[in-house]
Amino acid sequence: MQNLGIIFRRELFGYFATPLAYIFIVIFLITNGIFTFDIGGFYLRGQADLLPFFSFHPWLYLFMVPAIAMTLWADERKTGTIELLLTLPIKLSEAVLGKFLAAWALTGIALALTFPIWITVNYLGDPDNGVIVAAYIGSWFMAGGFLAIGSCMSACTKNSVIAFILTVSICFTFVIMGSPILLNAFPGWIPQFVVDAFAALGFLTHFDSISKGVLDIRDFLYFAVFIATWLFASAIVIEIRKAN
Amino acid sequence: MIEINHLTKKFDQFAAVDDLSFNVAEGEVLGFLGPNGAGKSTTMKVITGFLSPSSGSVTVDGNDITKSPIEAKTLIGYLPEGAPSYGDMTTLEFLNFIAEIRGFRGDEISSRVQHVIKEVELESVVQQTIETLSKGFKRRVGLAQAIMHDPKVLILDEPTDGLDPNQKNHVRELIKNLAKDKIVIISTHILEEVSAVCTRAIIIDEGKIVADGTPAELEAKSKYHQAVSVRLNQDYDLSSDLSGIAGIGNVVKEEEENSFTILASSSDSIFAKVSEIAQSKQWPVAEFHVNRGQLEDVFRSVTIHSQGGE
Repeated sequence: MQNLGIIFRRELFGYFATPLAYIFIVIFLITNGIFTFDIGGFYLRGQADLLPFFSFHPWLYLFMVPAIAMTLWADERKTGTIELLLTLPIKLSEAVLGKFLAAWALTGIALALTFPIWITVNYLGDPDNGVIVAAYIGSWFMAGGFLAIGSCMSACTKNSVIAFILTVSICFTFVIMGSPILLNAFPGWIPQFVVDAFAALGFLTHFDSISKGVLDIRDFLYFAVFIATWLFASAIVIEIRKAN
Repeated sequence: MIEINHLTKKFDQFAAVDDLSFNVAEGEVLGFLGPNGAGKSTTMKVITGFLSPSSGSVTVDGNDITKSPIEAKTLIGYLPEGAPSYGDMTTLEFLNFIAEIRGFRGDEISSRVQHVIKEVELESVVQQTIETLSKGFKRRVGLAQAIMHDPKVLILDEPTDGLDPNQKNHVRELIKNLAKDKIVIISTHILEEVSAVCTRAIIIDEGKIVADGTPAELEAKSKYHQAVSVRLNQDYDLSSDLSGIAGIGNVVKEEEENSFTILASSSDSIFAKVSEIAQSKQWPVAEFHVNRGQLEDVFRSVTIHSQGGE
């Protein structure tokens, strides 16, 4: 467990040692602002909630999170540091988890820095702050899901651009799985439970209910299991492909 | 003690390491030689636990690298090929990270880090990010990282590659100083390095051991072993004086003018015989010395088939 902490600190520090973390945070905040106020019509809706803010997060994460995740393992392989890291007396699971948690913490920091919008909505009206807190946590869990996919894709290749494209594609699939556009396209003869099962695998199904304040432990459990599965897959891929 | 038992590592169907067995004891500095692609790096990657063996086993002080990897890795300090390190960290930050993960805590960290910085002379670059360092310094950062925990086993993959002659010399001195009561395995292309630092050399080719012995023993296998080199002041036909004398083999004319190498047909010394003849026949000698044998020659003769007509 101590090793996990040491790797976590090194990785998180690594993000802030380069401009990467700052660029990520600034662009995340600016894009969030544009989406919420211009496209989302935050003022026009006249409602004291953060729904326009959160409903764009899946689409924002779709491009921002793979950008962080793409270097997780691809760079280690490219520079050869993976050989250094994995011959230190640590477990592979500690390395996989430590790196993931550092990237997840970075998205958490970026998300936390959107707090002015929470202050704004409290100043303008009287929102349900419980719903907002739940939505923040839900959003962070969803970012974790994107990152876990990215960790696995990054382990597949030495090339971080390929890792980025693969991650975006797979994340996109999981986002649209739960979207009404796709679900309505199912022909009527397909049994409802199949459509439901399909939708249940998508991000939107779970995130929408969380962001509307429906606190169901199963939605959080979905993201937790999702993250664990993809991280486990990352470890397997690294074990198989580290020699290449 | 490192025990390597019938170690095989296959990539798809290609056996990079093929049924390799050898032991290395405390106090030995083992030079690992072989042409490019012979399996040196792969063997080192398996010993250090980076790659898992296809079959066979590696144990370090009784710890099997696949069954108890953490215990085995704790005993090993490893400099991978190319000395990779995290380029965006400064030397000091990187070494602090290594010290922490090697289990040092609190004040131990900085005292240990200061110790290795002094040992490999990194004082001038502690605050620089590693990616801005020269090749020589990067290599030394890699070495510092490998010796951080004063490991019982030191495995160095081409530790002097890309260093200038002074730095090479320094690294060799360092390895010699570290070697007491330790096991050191270094891979290298530079054969003089083997004579300089190693107590034992193994030449591998196509994943198999083709020669194993002390550098002196290997040199004795050379056709130049015990050969006498002669340089003359003027042209003179040596071979007629030497023909028919027991123990003396061919006389080879060297590229340099009036230089000859008189080969021995067995491993017995021919120096006395040749010097006697030279005096009695009054050769116009400018230079006269015995060859120890050339490691390079042995290396070529045992690995030549894979060189593809080079």
